[in-house]
Amino acid sequence: MTETLNFFKTLTGTGYLFLGLTTVTLFCAIGVVTARNPIYSVLALIATFFCLSGHYILLNAQFLAAVNIIVYAGAIMVLFLFTIMFLNLRKEDEESKTNLTKMASVVVGGLLMVMLITIFRAKSAQVPTVSPNSPFDSRTGLVEQLGNLLYSDYILPFELASVLFLVAMVGAVMLGKREAGDRHF
Amino acid sequence: MDVTVLIVKGIIILVIFGITLLIATYSTYAERKVAAFLQDRIGPNRAGPWGLLQPIADAGKMFFKEDFIPSQASKWLFILGPCLAMLTALMSSAVIPFGDSIRFAWNKVNYDVAVQGIEINIGVLYIFGVVSLGVYGVMVGGWASNNKFSLLGAIRAASQNISYEIALGLSLIAILMMTGSLSVRSIVNEQASFFEWNIFTQPLGFIIFLTCSFAECNRTPFDLPECETELVGGYHTEYSSMKLGFYLFAEYINMFVSSAFISALYFGGFHYPFMNEVSGLLEKSLGVVAGHNVATALTVVVFFAKIFFFIFFFMWVRWTLPRFRYDQLMNLGWKTFIPLAILNVVVTGAGLLYNFKYSSWLIAIVMIVLAVTSIARTPKREPIPQKI
Repeated sequence: MTETLNFFKTLTGTGYLFLGLTTVTLFCAIGVVTARNPIYSVLALIATFFCLSGHYILLNAQFLAAVNIIVYAGAIMVLFLFTIMFLNLRKEDEESKTNLTKMASVVVGGLLMVMLITIFRAKSAQVPTVSPNSPFDSRTGLVEQLGNLLYSDYILPFELASVLFLVAMVGAVMLGKREAGDRHF
Repeated sequence: MDVTVLIVKGIIILVIFGITLLIATYSTYAERKVAAFLQDRIGPNRAGPWGLLQPIADAGKMFFKEDFIPSQASKWLFILGPCLAMLTALMSSAVIPFGDSIRFAWNKVNYDVAVQGIEINIGVLYIFGVVSLGVYGVMVGGWASNNKFSLLGAIRAASQNISYEIALGLSLIAILMMTGSLSVRSIVNEQASFFEWNIFTQPLGFIIFLTCSFAECNRTPFDLPECETELVGGYHTEYSSMKLGFYLFAEYINMFVSSAFISALYFGGFHYPFMNEVSGLLEKSLGVVAGHNVATALTVVVFFAKIFFFIFFFMWVRWTLPRFRYDQLMNLGWKTFIPLAILNVVVTGAGLLYNFKYSSWLIAIVMIVLAVTSIARTPKREPIPQKI
């Protein structure tokens, strides 16, 4: 008990912020899974993205935080909500929760957990140390630094990722295209 | 010292908050007066001198109406909807630079505090984040009402906002390329001399941005989410009392904020011609501290004059143009504005390679020529002979 108290006394303001944010994040993330109504689930996921953006800001990555909000909360989740709203017009269907889907989700979740544990163990073997010779750079994570890195050291993966997006976009347009003779709706 | 800066900042933030609400309140009055002027009527003139107390009377009416929640509605989301709309509308004014800086002396050292809520180096991205969240208030409210018309209105609003956000962002990228910064204040400071205002360097980007901001604010001619003839009242069909008031109010706040951004990004923000000369004269005659503050007050006044002009412009357009059809709206967004905005980015980039800032005019000139030739080539209709 005293250890926990001492731990809380040693924390700085940032530490308290981190703890609070993490608690909220975890609750929101649990809410995503446990909510009965898919709309509440999506809203909880949006809240989770906000908390993650808060974490990015704590790590001094303002650009990443803003882009996370714009892309995930602002665009992708709107489309999710969109689709779910249309689905929800019909009666609630519970048929998707058969035994087979439950088994499949257990297997997938278990695999993910094994993978995460492996990665965590492998990473914890080599904890990055902050050497006093390389001082803290307050500009790390800001737009200029990120842009310079992306367009110099990581130019190939960056361009490949953008080509991937283009391919996905073209594919989506092809799939969504109405062929001659199709009904309008 | 830090505490003083914090207090000054806090006062600035509170004042910005208050002014935003005040301007939104009186925008409702101005809208009715402008509508009356354009339709050759008188407009509200009963409450107070020239009807100036009309918005307050309206707000009182809104508050005292019955606050009704439909029995089949999802209650918490029904309440959350207008809250979200209001929250996101108010959040975006944080990064607008309203003026130069307030100077105060402390221990014989002069400190300058910028007249701006917060200065962050990702200001433009912050705006985008907040704007893209604005659609949640409408969607959540529309879905929670458990009404088909509300849902259809909400879905229209969402698809319209998403579509026009893309063109809005792309038109801004040309400005970001010219400035080399994401901070709104540095974009404003880049436009210090009159002919470097972005309206002169980016005429096409300005037109795209302006039209997209009309669509983002759900203003006529893009007010399809609340199209009465097709959707009863749109996403707020089921709302009453102050919850409805919040939705309507959020629209006016959005209008104020987008006018502010249009003036900041394209019309030089708080800059005006001969600004340096004026502030130099003031500092010489009134002293460094007082003169600087008077000069700052002048910049704030100039900025608000620009904002008021654009608010008037929003109303002017609303009472002049009819509504689009929904497929026309989507075609305009996806097939006209997005390709044009991409072309604008490419041409601006090519011009910047040779240090030529005005290359966007090339597209504008080509478009004008094409429009004129297409008008000239259309066969003239024979005038219908009048029967006497």
